[in-house]
Parts: sequence; structure tokens; C-alpha cells
Amino acid sequence: MDSLSVNHLTGIKDLTKNDIELIFKTADAFKEVINRPIKKVPSLRDITIANLFFENSTRTRLSFELAEKRMSADVVNFSAASSSVKKGETLIDTVNNILAMKVDMVVMRHASPGAAKFLSERVDAKVINAGDGTHEHPTQALLDAYSIREKLGSVEGKKVVIVGDILHSRVALSNIYCLQKLGAEVMICGPTTLIPKYMHELGVKVEHDLIKALEWCDVANMLRIQLERQEIKYFPSLREYSMQYGLTKEILDNLSKEIVVMHPGPINRGVEITSDVADSKQSIILNQVENGVAVRMSVIYLLASQIKRG
Amino acid sequence: MEKQVILNSKHFELTIKRLCYQLIENHNDFSNTVLIGLQPRGINVLTRIKEQLEKILKKDIVCGDLDITFYRDDFRRREQPLIPSATNIDFVIENKKVVILDDVLYTGRTIRSGLDALLAFGRPEKVELLTMIDRRFQRDLPVQADYVGKTVDTLSSERVSVEWKEIEGEDKVVLFTPEANG
Repeated sequence: MDSLSVNHLTGIKDLTKNDIELIFKTADAFKEVINRPIKKVPSLRDITIANLFFENSTRTRLSFELAEKRMSADVVNFSAASSSVKKGETLIDTVNNILAMKVDMVVMRHASPGAAKFLSERVDAKVINAGDGTHEHPTQALLDAYSIREKLGSVEGKKVVIVGDILHSRVALSNIYCLQKLGAEVMICGPTTLIPKYMHELGVKVEHDLIKALEWCDVANMLRIQLERQEIKYFPSLREYSMQYGLTKEILDNLSKEIVVMHPGPINRGVEITSDVADSKQSIILNQVENGVAVRMSVIYLLASQIKRG
Repeated sequence: MEKQVILNSKHFELTIKRLCYQLIENHNDFSNTVLIGLQPRGINVLTRIKEQLEKILKKDIVCGDLDITFYRDDFRRREQPLIPSATNIDFVIENKKVVILDDVLYTGRTIRSGLDALLAFGRPEKVELLTMIDRRFQRDLPVQADYVGKTVDTLSSERVSVEWKEIEGEDKVVLFTPEANG
């Protein structure tokens, strides 16, 4: 289990359980590094990484950039809003132009599902998917599972419910793959209109009652309602959604056991989760953000070790 | 491979004791000195030296484990990625005397990485090196040890292994020599 079975990270679906465990073991060492007085190691000093964000991002982009810089890689950033994409350039042309400047690795977020895989088959660089449309967001799933492992000791046998907009969520799909590979039981919970039909085929439980779902689980991962991806109305109003699926302190305190609360961010306070829940001791939202840097360092490190020179 | 024991368990114990007294000569009561073992095999040296020093001085010695994986100069030059071990240094080494401990000093590259890695924890007043075995004449870099258990002359085709009773069942140092052709 000492090397990854894949050459790119396009999705959790392609990873084995051993791959995930190797990423976690390496992330443990990086977590210690990022808590040192001097948080930088020289491992990647001759590697250049391009962060290509064709879609908006705050957390993921900062987290990747920090991870890269903490390992001494050279970093170039690109965002679609200020680029020639607006002038009509294709994805492959944009990327090949960047690679012509001798870039070793590409971290890409794109609105089209499959964009990372498409790219990995066509360019001579390592590709890491930082979110492709509604398909996958592998590093988010890895950091979520890593945070559960850190909080509860292991992921195997744990019950995790993912609540909210499953239909538009790449986080949900990657989380389902990742948690199942590590031996967790997964349930999804949300309004019927936001749960895709094929979900049963993935072997997950489906529940529409939030309280029942919370009573069942050890961990609740609360997703954001992705209004920007919704072209039609999937529920009458945000207020109604919040009444039925919003997690409040009152609900949390009335459960028969103490559960762990997660959120991949950005949080819409007062919609899927109230402020007092987000800031409660049961919430590990900020641990997720910290672990995100360590897990991304681990993924980049392991992929970069496959790059051979000369 | 031909095996030859170059340090048996009796001499092994004497060597550890001698190294401890040499450390005490230079560091007195260890009030401003910390010991740092290099992962993975230097930790065994650290454990044994710490145990012996604490027995002699009757006080706790400040110790840490240092992993040098991310500072190595052969990253991406191997088939397999280098997988890190744990670093446990919960103190600052600023203005402290630091003794680095490892089992075998060979090319000197591990120590070079260790010196780099150490800088992340502060600027020490002084750094010294203790090694159980010094394979002299095999250095790639100008690195010398301050405390040496035993110096051996070896060829690069040979291998030296420091074995511990907690792991291998017996304290000893073994020299492996490839069998001569024909």
C-alpha cells in the first residue's frame, strides 16, 4: 500500500481503500507539519502547480494554494473570470497553453461533470479534481472522512447522514463513495425533489424525515442549498426548507445521543444550520477546514512522487 | 550474504553506557540539552540512551522524535513514494543544545536532512551527532559524528544492521557481506 493505484485524482470512485488509507497516513504527518512554528517543508521545491478555477471558490482554492506553498511548490493561479476563456478559448487550448510553460500538476475546478477526467486523458500533467460540476469533489470527501476518523477514531461501522441538496451536490456523491469504501453506513436525507432517483443503486438509505435520520446517525453532514445550480424551484421557499430540514440547537439537544455535526462550507446560517449549532462543541466545521490543508498536501505529495525527471 | 556479528550484546550494553558518560561529560545535568532521535531507527538509540541517562542522573531528559522524509534529497528518485513517520517535538529548541541520535552514519545525507528539518523548531545553540555505528570512508557529504559507538570500515556493497532486543530479540550489530563470485 505504499503508492497510489491512480495517476490522477479525478474522483473517489477510482480510489481503493488502500489508497484512501495511504492518503490519511501521510496526512497525519502533514497535520503535524502545519502545526509547527515554521510550517514549510521543501519536498516539492522543483514542482510547479497551476490552480485553474473555472468556477468560484474561496475555501478550496485557498486550501490548495496553502497546501502547495507549505510544500515549497511554485504556484500559478488562474480564474476564468479574468482570462481568455471569455474570449472563446477551449478548455484544452487554455490548459495546453499553461502546460507549455512547464507546469507539472493541474488542480482544476470546472462547471462540467467529467472535466477533470477529460483533461487527465489529454494532457501531460498530473490532474487533481477540485470539483467538476455536480459530479465529484474528491478532496472534500477525503477531508470529511479524515475529520470523522480524527473525531471518532475510525470511519468503519459509523453511521453518517448527508442532509440537503443531494441532487446538485458533488460533495454528496464523493462522500458516499469515500465513506462506503471505508466501511461506513450512509443515509441521505432531504426533500424528494432534491434526491436523485438512482440513489438506491449506490446502496445508501434514503430518509425524508430529518429527526429520524438524526436519531439513526453518528455524524450529520449538512449540505448547502445550491441555489446557483437550480434552474427551477425544487421547494416552495427557503423558509419552508429550513423549517423541515434546518438543524437547530433545539433539535440537536433533544436527540437521544450526541452526534457530530459537519458542513463542507460555505454555510448559509439560518437555512440548513443555525449559528448556535455551527458554533457548538458538537460541530467540527473548522477542524474540517484545517484538515483540508493536510489532506490536500498528502494528495499532492503522493501524486508528485510519481513525477520522474530525466 | 555472509553475516558477521561486530558487536555482541555484552559489548552493546557497554557501548551504550560509555556513550552516556561521554554525553554527561559535555552536557552535565542536561538542563539546557535535548535529545532528538531520527525516525525510524534512531528512535531505538534514543530510547536506550534516555533510559540509561535517566538511571544515572535520576532525572527526566527532554527528548523528541524527528521525521526527515519531507527534507530528503531523493524524493521522486525512487520507485515508491517515501512515506513519513511521526514527528513528536513538543518543545522549542531555540538556544538549546541538541544532540541528534541515529543508528548508522553512512553517506551523511540523512543527517543533512535532519539538520534542515530541525530548523523548523527554532535556532539551536549547538547541534551534536551521536551514532551507534560510523561507516567511515563512505561519506557523500562532509558530516562527522561527535559520539560514536563503534567505527567500522566497510564497502558500499556491504550492509550494517543495528539490532535491538525489543524488536529483533537480541542487542547486536551485524555486518552483511555479499558472497564473493566464483
